[in-house]
Parts: sequence; C-alpha cells; structure tokens
Amino acid sequence: MGGASQVVLHEHDAVIVGAGGAGLYAALRASHRVRTAVLSKVHPLRSHTGAAQGGIGAALGNVEEDRPEWHAFDTVKGGDYLVDQGAALILAEEAVEAVIDLEHRGLPFNRTPDGRIDQRRFGGHTRNFGEAAVRRSCYAGDRTGHMILQTLYQQCVKNEVAFFDEYHALDIVLDGRTSSGVVAVDLASGEIHLFRAKAVLMATGGFGRMYRVTSNAYASTGDGPAVLARRGIPLEDMEFFQFHPTGLRGLGILITEAVRGEGGVLRNRAGERFMERYSPKLLDLAPRDIVSRAIVTEIREGRGFHGDGSAGDYVVLDATALGKATLEAKLPDITGFCRTYLGIDPAETPIPVLPTAHYAMGGIPTDDRGRVSSSTSGEPYQGLYAAGECACVSVHGANRLGTNSLVDLVVFGRRAGDHMAEFAAGSEGARREADGLELARMWRERWEPKPAAPGSTAHDIRRRMEALMTEKVGIYRSGPALAEAVEELKELRREWQGLRPGDSARSFNLERLDILELGNLLDLAYLTAASALGRTESRGSHSREDHPGRDDPNWLRHTMARLDGGGVSLAYRPVDVTRWTPAPRTY
Amino acid sequence: MKLVLEILRFQPESAGAARVQRFETEAGPGDRLLDALVDIQRRIDPTLAFRKSCGHGVCGSDAMLINGRERLACKTLVKDVAAEGGPAVTVAPLRNLETVRDLIVAEEPFFKRYRAAKPYLIAPDAGPEGRERPQTPEERGAFDDATNCILCAACFSACPVVREVNPRFIGPAAIVQASRFLEDSRDRGLADRLAALDHPDGVWPCENRFECTRVCPRDIKVTKLINLTKQDITRFKGAKPEGR
Repeated sequence: MGGASQVVLHEHDAVIVGAGGAGLYAALRASHRVRTAVLSKVHPLRSHTGAAQGGIGAALGNVEEDRPEWHAFDTVKGGDYLVDQGAALILAEEAVEAVIDLEHRGLPFNRTPDGRIDQRRFGGHTRNFGEAAVRRSCYAGDRTGHMILQTLYQQCVKNEVAFFDEYHALDIVLDGRTSSGVVAVDLASGEIHLFRAKAVLMATGGFGRMYRVTSNAYASTGDGPAVLARRGIPLEDMEFFQFHPTGLRGLGILITEAVRGEGGVLRNRAGERFMERYSPKLLDLAPRDIVSRAIVTEIREGRGFHGDGSAGDYVVLDATALGKATLEAKLPDITGFCRTYLGIDPAETPIPVLPTAHYAMGGIPTDDRGRVSSSTSGEPYQGLYAAGECACVSVHGANRLGTNSLVDLVVFGRRAGDHMAEFAAGSEGARREADGLELARMWRERWEPKPAAPGSTAHDIRRRMEALMTEKVGIYRSGPALAEAVEELKELRREWQGLRPGDSARSFNLERLDILELGNLLDLAYLTAASALGRTESRGSHSREDHPGRDDPNWLRHTMARLDGGGVSLAYRPVDVTRWTPAPRTY
Repeated sequence: MKLVLEILRFQPESAGAARVQRFETEAGPGDRLLDALVDIQRRIDPTLAFRKSCGHGVCGSDAMLINGRERLACKTLVKDVAAEGGPAVTVAPLRNLETVRDLIVAEEPFFKRYRAAKPYLIAPDAGPEGRERPQTPEERGAFDDATNCILCAACFSACPVVREVNPRFIGPAAIVQASRFLEDSRDRGLADRLAALDHPDGVWPCENRFECTRVCPRDIKVTKLINLTKQDITRFKGAKPEGR
C-alpha cells in the first residue's frame, strides 16, 4: 500500500466541524439522538466564543419590562432592514428559553439582589420599538462568552460527546446537493481522516483575520465557508463586515460595549462627547456601524488625539466615571487588558480606542433550521448545515447588534443540532461505499511533502491581503478602490497557488496549516470585495462614499456570491420583510 | 529593540534530543512575546511550532516556560522579560507533560484529570420550568474566582508535587474546576466527585507549595481553593454518619 492510500475512516451519523458555542450546542442536542463526532482545529476550550465579553440578549424582563417582539424589532432595525424578519422573531423568542437552559446547565450569570439573572444595557437594544435603551443583556462579568463556552463544553464532557481535537477540516464530501462527510487532517500526526456521516454541520466561526487589526483569534480564518465556497456554494451578504468601535488602539483587542452600557462615553481630543452629534437619542449606545463611522469621521476631521488623522490617531473611551468598584465587579477582564497591554487603569485614565474588525454578518446561507440553502428559491442541500458566525440565517442583516452573536449561536446552534439529528436518524443511509474515499486520497496526496518553491512567501501575501482589505474594503468604501481590491485579490490568489511549505514534518506542521488558512482567507476576502463592489448603496456596515444613501427599491435584497472559475458571480435573493416595513434608520 | 530568544526545540521526526536554538529579532518593549514568536515563525523559521489563538490571555493556548516561569506568551510583554542589551530570554515547553514538538505538549493527561473531577453542574433537579434557579449575588460571588480558569495548564506545569512527589496527583487545575462547582449553591455533586478527589492521587498530595498560585495567569488563588476543597471533603465525611 502506498502512502497516499492510507486514509483513516470513521462512520458517524452526524459530524460537526467547530467546537465554539454553536458547534457545542449542536453537539449536545445531536448526540442525544445519533452518533455524533465533533472536529475542532483547536481544543474546544480555545474556541473564540470564549472571547465574547458583554452579554447575551434575551427579553427576560428581570429588571424592567421587555418583550421578545421589541428585541426582534431592534435586531431588524439594527441590521438596517436586511434581516429576515421571521428568523429575527425566532431569535428573540427562543433567546429567552436558551438563556434559561444555559442557567439550568450551570452558567454563572451575574444576579440581581433578589437572585434573578441580572441584565444591562447594550447598543441598539431598546424598549417599545426605539423609545429608550433597555436592560436586556444577560451577563457573567465581562466574560459571558467564556462562561457559555465552558458551560457547553462541561455538558459535552458530562454527556461523553466524541471529540476529535486539533483536527482541521480540509473538504466536504458533496455529491450534487447531498453532503455525506468531511475530510480532515489530524494536526498531531499529519494523518488524513475521512468522517462519513449522514449530516455535516459547519460551525467554524468568523474570519476577521482578513484584516490587519482585528479582535478575532488567529484561528478565525473562515475554514467552513471557504471549503463550501470552493465547492460552488454561494456565500450570502459577504460585503457586511462589522467593525467594533472600541478595540484597544494598535492591538485591536476588544473592549466590550458593556463599558458604554454601564455608563462609559467616547470622547475626542477636545473632551467632547461626540456621539451627541451622530446619535442624539441613543448616544454612545447607537449600533456599532454608526459609532465606528463616527470615530473615523472625528479622526478624519482632525479631532482625534493626534489631530493629524494619521494611522495611529485615536479617540478615547472614558470609563473613569464608573469608579473602581463597578469596573472590578462588572468589567474585570477589560480592566486587566488595559493594565496588561497599555499600562493604564481605566478607573483613572480614558482608554485609547479605534474600530477593530470584529464580526462577519455574512456567510453560509441557511434557513431557520440551519440547513444550507443556496438557491434563490431557498431549496436546501441534503445533510448540510451551518450555524454560528460562519452562517447567515440572516438575523444580523447589514449590521449585528451587540449580544446577538451569542444569541445566534445558542438559538441556531441548538436548532441545527436538533434538525441534523432528526435528518440523520430518519435518513436511509443511501450513500455509496466509495463515497469520499477518492477525495480523501487526493488530500492525502496533497499533504505529502513537496519541494519548497522560491518566490513569494505566505507572510508577504498575508500582509498585502490585510493591507488592502483594511484600506479598500474597510469602514468606508468606494467603487474604484473596491475594483482595485478585487484585482489585487485575484493576483494574491494566483501567487498563493505557488506557495510550498519549507517544513516537511508530519507532526504539527503548522506552516501547512497556515498556508491553508491563508488560502481560505483569500477566497473569503475575494468574495467580500466582489460583493461590496456589486452593492451600489450604503446600508448598515457597508458604507459606499460614492453611493451614500440606502436604496430600498434596488437593494433590499441579499447578495449571493459564488466562486466561478477565476471570477465571482453575483445573484440576489429577496429579504423577508413580512412583519415591519423598512423605515429610515435613525437613533 | 533587539530581542534575543533561546528556544528549546524538539522535532520528533528528526533524530536527537531537544536542543536550544537562538533567534534574534526586532521587537518593541510593549509587544507581546507571542508577537515575537509569530514573527520568527513567519519570517525566519517556519518549522517553529507552538499553539496560539486569541492572543490576549483568554483562550489558554500559549502557556509556556518563559525565563523558567510558566506564562502565557500573549500576556507577557517583551519589557516584562527582556531589557535592551540584556541576557537572552529563554523559552521552553510546559513541564510535567510530554513535549510533542517544540513548544507543544500533549494535553490529554491534563484534560483526563479535568474530566475526572466531573467539571459540570450536578444539581438535584433540571431547574424550575421557564425560569432560572435563584442564586443571590453573594452565593454567585462565592465561586467567582474559580470561574476564571482557562485550563492553560500553567499550574499543572509548575506543580512540584506532580514533578517530585506523586506524578499521578490530579493537580491544581482539576481541583479548581471541582471547587468551581463545590462552592456553587446550585450544585450537589460532592459525593459524586469524592472518588476522584478523596483519593491518594486526589486533593491530599497537595503540600501548599503555592507554585500554582504564583504562576496562574488569571490570578486565581489556586492553593486556597485546594484547601477549601480539602475542608469541604473533611466536613462532608465528618457529617456523613449523621445521615447526609
């Protein structure tokens, strides 16, 4: 037997790729009913869900009146009406039950004096359809994501879920519109594994590493959506990428919106609370796209702390009025980040901040059961699911509200887990014996060490990608710059083809992993830039200086971008606006 | 400034023992040590292997020995461990776990101990329908410190008891995880956890040497939580004959 034929085979009913909040919740639900395996390229407890800070929104009404309908409306308006409204209602209604379920499973939420889950304010969350900010975010200090990740993993340990840690997904087995497995590499051994299954769920998280400054982990390289895109599945609304307004200057480390929810304010060099000019009603708690643009505008107009609009210019997040006690009790981690990385105490010194690439609203198109459904008619693939940040349901539309990422992954992770188990339990298992083996052998061959090629390096390609995405596909965009970005990304993808690793080892060959991850980022960056070039309007996070207004007659529709040979083909599908009529978005 | 790193390398596929390799790179005093490692990997030697993910001290991937002490590379600034013109900074994999490649250790023996502690809520019922289990802010505060744990294994690496006395000791992190639930007013799982904790390899080998507490990158009072757990067990066993 030659080396290329040695593929390790596994048989399961359900295979889940990714072990953050969405993957773990799905695993917990699916593993009760069918044989389930979870693959993760990092140990599950290292997943990026653990970095989420401020909270999870749910209309519990524990501290003031609240209703799921208000939460759904805020989500729709926050997403600049590009949200599918039926899905937003599911999100808001099931958030309540999901938060209670997490508490029952042990999640240590902060509490009110009478022992209920405490709630606080967050950007864009209002009472009675926009009247005033409402306390909706359920939280555990400023490490809510850490607690969700820990709790779900603990429950998976209790339920003896089968994990394959440090397995990186390379490809899916896809026959027409039916998926029946995943090809992955075990990073520790370098062996290629084929996981045959009746249902596959992608829950691989975000891809903020396309940008130079990001809150995202090194592992956030969009592996799931990139694998599917290369198999001809279009990705939805890729032009909508969220920049969180308050990243630590220079580092991009997230400083939670909860700082503003607890009373912190943004100030320019003159000490002005500049959000008064941009969002008279919600002020610093306006949605993130609005606050990020306001910061960029302040800096461009010479009101940053340097005043020269240079790349290092910044504004500050002033939390000094909160006092040491509140910071220690409710925001301990960000207090620590400020001390560790900037040597300042936020109780005494305002925090230097800049927008940081944070969250992909777009991704793998799914219905409200997590089924991948790419056609404009909404016909789903068989046995193929996605959930969490890598998916686009769409509940975030053109801009996600704070706390809704955690809501999304628990609500739709749960739904996807239930539905994939139902599908796998009911399916006849008609797959052929050879399914996937040829594909796995091809990857086995590709994984064999090859002579290193001279020329450009992954490092050089990555730097150029990050620079062009930051400068041309960032917070403000224009047609000519986007067109340049598309051409430059074509060139970088071409150069990427010639990359050969210098490391020939099998065990933890991280250079190979790095090259594959870069390839994934390049494909997603390409789809992002092409989708952004196509949309000639400004909506939510997508801000075209050459097309400044929202254009509902032409653009109230989702982009479906497909890799097509060397190019990108764009199609569109309608938005579900059955509940609320799109209206001007003012705060 | 010029930063000199002496990194302990181990390549399982090439013959020979671990060796120290010296790297020189440029770094700012405020850069993370992780930034320097990434820079070396990307520009100088792509075969250098280490784990990384969040880059800001919350995921627990990059615990390693830096100048002989367990630290997270992403939470260590260059100026914390190096000075202009000063001695080289030494970097090595965690102790008490087998090195797989360079700075990567086999984590399974660590996580096996974690699982043995039954690190999940063991409650008497499924919880009230449609609402949360009540818990006062004081009750919630009682186990807050332990919830900070990110399972980075720094404490396990630093533990002199594991190294010198009992290699089967369950270790500090697993006890912190048990403590997180034992001190939670909603949990009733002490009896279920006794098999792992009240055992010659359970909590008892701890000799209060405080190395775990010293190295914890999350500033958890690890030794205190171990002693609290010992007290819980003693109290529970003392109370048992009366019918608990």
